[in-house]
Amino acid sequence: MTSNRLLYALIPAGVVVVAAFGLLLAAGTNGFEPIKLIVEGSIGWPPFEEGTSSKVGDTVMVWVPIALASAGLIVTFNAGMWNIGIEGQIIMGAIFAAFVAREVSVSRPLLIALIILAGAVGGMLWGLLVGVLRTAGGVNEIFGGLGLDFVAASITTYLIIDPWSRTGVASTSGTDPFPDEALLPSLEGTRLSPLAIVITLVAIAGIWLLFRGTLYGLKLKAVGRNRPSSFLMGIPTNRYLLGAFVICGALAGIAGTSQAIGFHFRLIPAISGNYGFLAILVVLLARFRAFWVIPISFFFAMIAVGSSQLQLRLDVNSALGGVLQGTLVLSAMFGLGWAAHRFRKQAEAGAEST
Amino acid sequence: MSGLWNAFVELFDTRTIATIVAVSSPLLFASMGETISEKAGVINLSVDGSMMLSALAGFVVAFEFENVWLGFPAAAAVGVAVALIVAYGSIRLSLNQVAVGFVLFALCTELSRFLGSSYVGRQPEGVPAWDIPWLESIPFFGQVLFQQNLMVYLAILTVVATYFFMYRTRKGLELQGIGERPEAAHSRGIPVNRLRYFYTAVGGALIGIGGAAFTLDVKLGWSDRPTRNFGWIVLAIVIFGGWHPLRVAVGVLLFRTLEAYALNLIPEFPSLSQVLPSIPFPLMILALVIVNWKAVLAWLDRYPFLRAILRSDPPTAIGTRFEIN
Amino acid sequence: MSLELLDIHKHFGPVRANDGITITVQEGSLHGLLGENGAGKSTLMKVLSGFHSADSGRIVLDGREIKLANPDDAIEAGIGMLHQDPLVFLPFSVIDNFVLGSPGSARLDRKKAARELSELCERYGFNISPDTPARLLTVGERQQLEIIRLLWLGARVLILDEPTTGISADQRAKLFETLKALATEGMSVIFVSHKLEEVADLCERVTVMTRGKVVGEAELPVPPEQLVEMMFGQSIEIHDRDSVPLGTSHLAFDSVRTATGLLSEEPISLDVQSGEVIGIAGMEGSGQDAFLRLCCGMRTPKEGTVSIGGKDMTGKHYRDYLAADVKYLPAGRLEEGLIEGLTITEHFVLTGEKQSFFVDWNAARERAVEQIEHYTIKGTEASTAESLSGGNQQRVLLAMLPPELTVLLMEHPTRGLDIESADWVWEQLLARRQQGTSILFASADLDELLRYSDRILVFFSGRVIGELDANNTNVEEIGMLIGGRRAPSSGSVSS
Repeated sequence: MTSNRLLYALIPAGVVVVAAFGLLLAAGTNGFEPIKLIVEGSIGWPPFEEGTSSKVGDTVMVWVPIALASAGLIVTFNAGMWNIGIEGQIIMGAIFAAFVAREVSVSRPLLIALIILAGAVGGMLWGLLVGVLRTAGGVNEIFGGLGLDFVAASITTYLIIDPWSRTGVASTSGTDPFPDEALLPSLEGTRLSPLAIVITLVAIAGIWLLFRGTLYGLKLKAVGRNRPSSFLMGIPTNRYLLGAFVICGALAGIAGTSQAIGFHFRLIPAISGNYGFLAILVVLLARFRAFWVIPISFFFAMIAVGSSQLQLRLDVNSALGGVLQGTLVLSAMFGLGWAAHRFRKQAEAGAEST
Repeated sequence: MSGLWNAFVELFDTRTIATIVAVSSPLLFASMGETISEKAGVINLSVDGSMMLSALAGFVVAFEFENVWLGFPAAAAVGVAVALIVAYGSIRLSLNQVAVGFVLFALCTELSRFLGSSYVGRQPEGVPAWDIPWLESIPFFGQVLFQQNLMVYLAILTVVATYFFMYRTRKGLELQGIGERPEAAHSRGIPVNRLRYFYTAVGGALIGIGGAAFTLDVKLGWSDRPTRNFGWIVLAIVIFGGWHPLRVAVGVLLFRTLEAYALNLIPEFPSLSQVLPSIPFPLMILALVIVNWKAVLAWLDRYPFLRAILRSDPPTAIGTRFEIN
Repeated sequence: MSLELLDIHKHFGPVRANDGITITVQEGSLHGLLGENGAGKSTLMKVLSGFHSADSGRIVLDGREIKLANPDDAIEAGIGMLHQDPLVFLPFSVIDNFVLGSPGSARLDRKKAARELSELCERYGFNISPDTPARLLTVGERQQLEIIRLLWLGARVLILDEPTTGISADQRAKLFETLKALATEGMSVIFVSHKLEEVADLCERVTVMTRGKVVGEAELPVPPEQLVEMMFGQSIEIHDRDSVPLGTSHLAFDSVRTATGLLSEEPISLDVQSGEVIGIAGMEGSGQDAFLRLCCGMRTPKEGTVSIGGKDMTGKHYRDYLAADVKYLPAGRLEEGLIEGLTITEHFVLTGEKQSFFVDWNAARERAVEQIEHYTIKGTEASTAESLSGGNQQRVLLAMLPPELTVLLMEHPTRGLDIESADWVWEQLLARRQQGTSILFASADLDELLRYSDRILVFFSGRVIGELDANNTNVEEIGMLIGGRRAPSSGSVSS
């Protein structure tokens, strides 16, 4: 039985590898070339060589929002919620952060702290709205969230074109850059911000601890798995659902803040970079476990940054990166699903023969 | 204020109405497809992605073979393939329908960008206009309904046929039954899961044709993510339309009318020119929010007629699995 | 048609629901299938109607062996089944329910079908209008709809699974009349029930099942004691109860009424004292559920007051009742009690007395191991809720109860449990009673009701139809009340 279990665990992994290679071969490459290019484009080849610090910095600063959003999504998924509104929460975080960055002038450390706080609040409010629509309005969180994604995107576009438009030029590409004091302090010549890394790691550790060692996390899980039972145990289920959206929204808001003051240094229309949806894929692949978010989201960030090399060097469209991410998640999902299915069948057959 | 009013009046121009009907055809196909699938109990959340990928497939085949009509079956085939993955994952492997649908949405979207990159900007020959003799000369209706092209006629026919099938035929009633109470359908000898595969595939085919109706007709040619967000709108409209083909069709027309209105408003509010075209999307969702709101529902309960028009309950077994012990 | 079931086996996982069943049903007879809940009657009938397929065994119809791979085959063979919860499509109209699944032209001819429906209705004296949505029908009418649908499809063997659950006394009389008429027309009727009186009332022959096996057969009428003995192995005798001195009022209803639906017609007044055990009887869905939910604040009365321990709690939230040591354990152990995917340890942490923000897992596991031992739960501290058997799930639920309880509300405390677990559950409950906890429990098992209650409340179609002193009543009286017939004022006491 144990050897079977192992086999069924290995098959999905095999499926993933085969699917990824099959895809790269089908794309007209030799399979290894694109992987090398992605690595080279994101962290250098050989990795972390001298002169690659700018690339590495970019990759890390893409990893930051994906990992933060993923950490937040672990909370909503555990509470049984599909927080498709995560994109809007990232955007709202960026908008709130941009507001403080543009309007407030205090000493730099205080300003940075205020901006991050504002971003967290922005994302949190937008998340809370999805939760309220769900608990008080009975609106499915997928559609409530999606609607709020559209609204947040529209607000961004409006702000960029009208009230926050660039001085002198009518441009849809973004606002004026924020003042230097409002930007995340970074290593010389790169975007890499140690502060952002620390915040992200602390957030992931916090989420890990939340579900590993706290009653709050356990109750969230209980609510996500069975609401009537949880209610009967005396857990205020709606309050916990809202709590999940608040935590996720706050983390997504910080992700948006990082995009605004740590990567683009201004507000642009596509400020979320689609990292919210990407984070959903990360969490599905990580199977809702906090620790695995760190490597998987880094891998996804590498693909996101590195695939621009494909375009330049192999004349293969950079969307191949996205295809690769989707293929990985889909094949892992079906591989695991298939293994579980086989396992169930076998358990049934076993019960029948006894 | 007069600007708002003028833009509204312009909507009643016969040409504007004819355009609204014309541009509705892709969404009519896709929303009928999703309605059929969900009525049978399977949520195909991948619409936004599968429509995009089939839009590409339709475009590429039509472009390469220089025959617009070959594009549609190709698109339908892609739609069927994606739908079958959703069905297999949820029915056979008991995976979460929403999860599979979402991942397929992401994958298909990226796949369409990747595979379509070399076709950006290319123009195929679109679906030719075809006025229906005699009928086209009817005042108003002729111009709105009968001076279109074959795909628009087919879209309208699809709506009528879906309605007729679901409510007037034996098989259609069975389709509703498997999404409503599968164990009851099973006890009446109806092969629930086999039919769920079938109707999910039919739905996928229509979603695919809807995608191709964009790239081969309404929004001729290929660009980066040309059908972006329309799939999500389709999902919302199906709920808004209460899973009833005719009401879903009305929802599509309403959405396209809102869009036309927003475009009419641009001269009035030039600073909002970038925002206005996307306004109908949140508005549509907002409408959904309102008709789902418990307080509104309680209010509607006092007016049964209004309630029946504005809101209905989903198929009871939607999104669930059916397994016989 | 005559029907033979030969050596039918069917198991679900380790549970042998049918363990070598052989039954013969004569043509044109009313055949009773009697047994307790969980005896395997429903499974056998689902096998006979093609809903489940048997692991082994043969089915012979009119001397010819038939294979039933799916319900279609059964319908083809002329076997129709009316499920306990009639399998109708609630939002659909009566006529759509009628034609759904029937063979015929591609295009639906609702008019023609409606005519045939009306004819059949007239013939059997039913009154169902084709355009009504099925959700507006009473359970009895849904049954009538299903019966004529099955007849219309050409059923010659009609199976009814617990058909009297949830229908009114009038509807039951009507149903029995119809079934007798059908039998004289040559239809073979199999009547499945756990209610002895009904089988004795209606049937000509009876087969008794217990734990997946046939334990007896008889031509009716026979003295009821004989049937009881077959079912339980012994006659029901009422044990002497330990009398617990009643104390203060723990739960009081003063003219309580809900706004709509069940329990909205007649106000309920009731006073339950410490250490009292109240049995709640009635057909499923007669208002027991609504009553228990009123007792724990999950429903709010429209009129009247609810007090716990002398304190007015009307309109308070469920969690306030919980804080007042009122606990409700519904019937669905995995649906409304335990949480799938969480371990026993996690369950104890969730409901533990001491709740600190950080969980000390080592201590929690130790405590879980202790509890598992103390409550003799078959499982480990890391077992998930769904991996436990029904009896062990019930043990976990009881182990999760707080040490102090004012009122304990339970639905079907022993449903689906083996005898050992059932006895154990009552041992626990009676120990609670000794501590002064008031217990209110709903049950479909008359034996259980008579054995453990001090008083029995009988619910019928959304109201309390009788309140009996358990020391001074009998199966017949309860049965009559459950069926909606008011008792001729024998042991009835009113408060």
